[in-house]
Amino acid sequence: MTAGPPVVEVRGVRRTFGAVVALDDVSLDVHPGELVGLLGPNGAGKSTLLSLVSGLRRPDAGTVRLLGGDPRDARSRIGLGTTPQETGLPPTLRVGEVVDLVAGHYPDPMTRGEALARFGLEDLVRRQTGGLSGGQKRRLAVALALVGRPRLVLLDEPTTGLDVEARHVLWQALRDYHADGATVLLTSHYLEEVEALAQRVVVIDRGRVLADGSLRSVLDLVGLRRVLLTLPAGVADGDELAALPGAHSLAGRVASPAGDRVTVLASDADAFVRALVERGTPFRDLEVRGASLEEAFLALTAAQGERPDDEGRAGAGAPAATQEVTA
Amino acid sequence: MTTETLARRPFWRLAWLHARLGFVETVRIPIAVIGNLAFPALALLFFVVPQRAVAENPLYATAAVVQLGVFAVMSTCMFSFGAGVAEDRQMPFDPFVRTLPAGPLPRLTGRVLNGVGWSYVSVVPIVLVGWLLTAAALTWAQAGWSVLLVLAAAVPFVLLGLAIGYRLSSKAAIAVVQAIVFPLAFAGGLFMPPEAFPAWLDALSRALPTRALRDLTVQMVTGVEAYALALPVLLGWTFVFGLLAVLAYRADEGRRFR
Repeated sequence: MTAGPPVVEVRGVRRTFGAVVALDDVSLDVHPGELVGLLGPNGAGKSTLLSLVSGLRRPDAGTVRLLGGDPRDARSRIGLGTTPQETGLPPTLRVGEVVDLVAGHYPDPMTRGEALARFGLEDLVRRQTGGLSGGQKRRLAVALALVGRPRLVLLDEPTTGLDVEARHVLWQALRDYHADGATVLLTSHYLEEVEALAQRVVVIDRGRVLADGSLRSVLDLVGLRRVLLTLPAGVADGDELAALPGAHSLAGRVASPAGDRVTVLASDADAFVRALVERGTPFRDLEVRGASLEEAFLALTAAQGERPDDEGRAGAGAPAATQEVTA
Repeated sequence: MTTETLARRPFWRLAWLHARLGFVETVRIPIAVIGNLAFPALALLFFVVPQRAVAENPLYATAAVVQLGVFAVMSTCMFSFGAGVAEDRQMPFDPFVRTLPAGPLPRLTGRVLNGVGWSYVSVVPIVLVGWLLTAAALTWAQAGWSVLLVLAAAVPFVLLGLAIGYRLSSKAAIAVVQAIVFPLAFAGGLFMPPEAFPAWLDALSRALPTRALRDLTVQMVTGVEAYALALPVLLGWTFVFGLLAVLAYRADEGRRFR
């Protein structure tokens, strides 16, 4: 990681839309050369955060700095590249014209040819954007983010709705651009995408940063398994189960005539089941499933509730799973 | 890639870029302006040409052509290039353009230039009808002045339209523009000469940008002196509308999305 002042500096930011709290006391630094994935379900506040960093909106409280300046000031945005949503290209303009429009705002832009070649679009210069396929539009949208050779690229769901091949072309182009020395901050609700690109992952949900750590540590957390079993009523209380080897937390216990249906989130399902057997716990109807991203987020939220922590981050409640990234 | 000394692009190049591509976009969907082009020429055709007393009098006919010309410019500017931004603002491309390193002025200037360009186009049908079917005539000097007057008419009304378009949603903006254009045109004497106004309306009318424009154009055509404050009134409104447009642009945060 390169040293230097942060490219993005978000401090204690809050933003509401009417009664909806989109961001609640969010702090986040992105340093030069990082490739950061913002991961979270729809409506988590990811796009709102990007809109503050790109100067589209103002925070209600807290501060946002972009490349050392106020993102609302055009001068701060000389080093910033963003993408329009794929549906948002002016349909009557030709591909080359849209590239020129964006390139014209930057002091040292790529040529039309270079920007389009990075995304395999060079044959479409004369095509009106309204006539492009979904995948072509998406590639053009990302090309627009890079055409000004920005130091920081913000990408909001860059590959949503793309087929596998188009997605890989885009990912490679982003990796290449990052390798040239740029900083990239992208949002996604696909774990796969974040896994393919990001070195650092920030998990955000309901306007709060739940975890901020290396890709590996967040993947471990998201790699949780869901273990379901039925126990006779009164056998093994929740704390006991959660304390077993391999267990992460108790996610639910529902009483039924056949006994209590218990759901345990396990970081190591094998070890957990082995421990149950060794203890001679009389369980029935065992099921082991992969936990969804949503469940992993929920586990993070729950973990956060257990202990007070600083700066609204969830480093504390999920041992070995998250770590603060400050360097 | 290391220092922040790289400057923003020169203002006029950016403004020209926005104006040029805005023009191209409009050309490719010409129906957007055709309505505004046709209406004033039709009004001339139906209401002025049949009245031979007016149509055959060079002075009256020229004044009528010029007044409708002002109206054509005004409605083109307010509807297409002013209220039109309300529609553009609902497209996801608009927030994207706002993240580019440029403030409001190059874009707003680009829109004004585009509006001025189309204003020249919008007076062509009226000039043709007036020239072919009435006794209206301009000297070369008057024609030169009218080029300047189209500019003076276009700029304030594009700015007013932008101020509305950046504040309101598309549907609301069109309704508000309609509610403003016609009363403003009427009270400014573009449909009916102010000599026919009651005294109170005549007095009120002198404070309006439309009246100031109308009197300045009539002065150009007939030599009847405009009232002394006509030019300051027009410039004052242009400044006010420009200020409102910039404030509206700055306050705009686009569509709400999360």
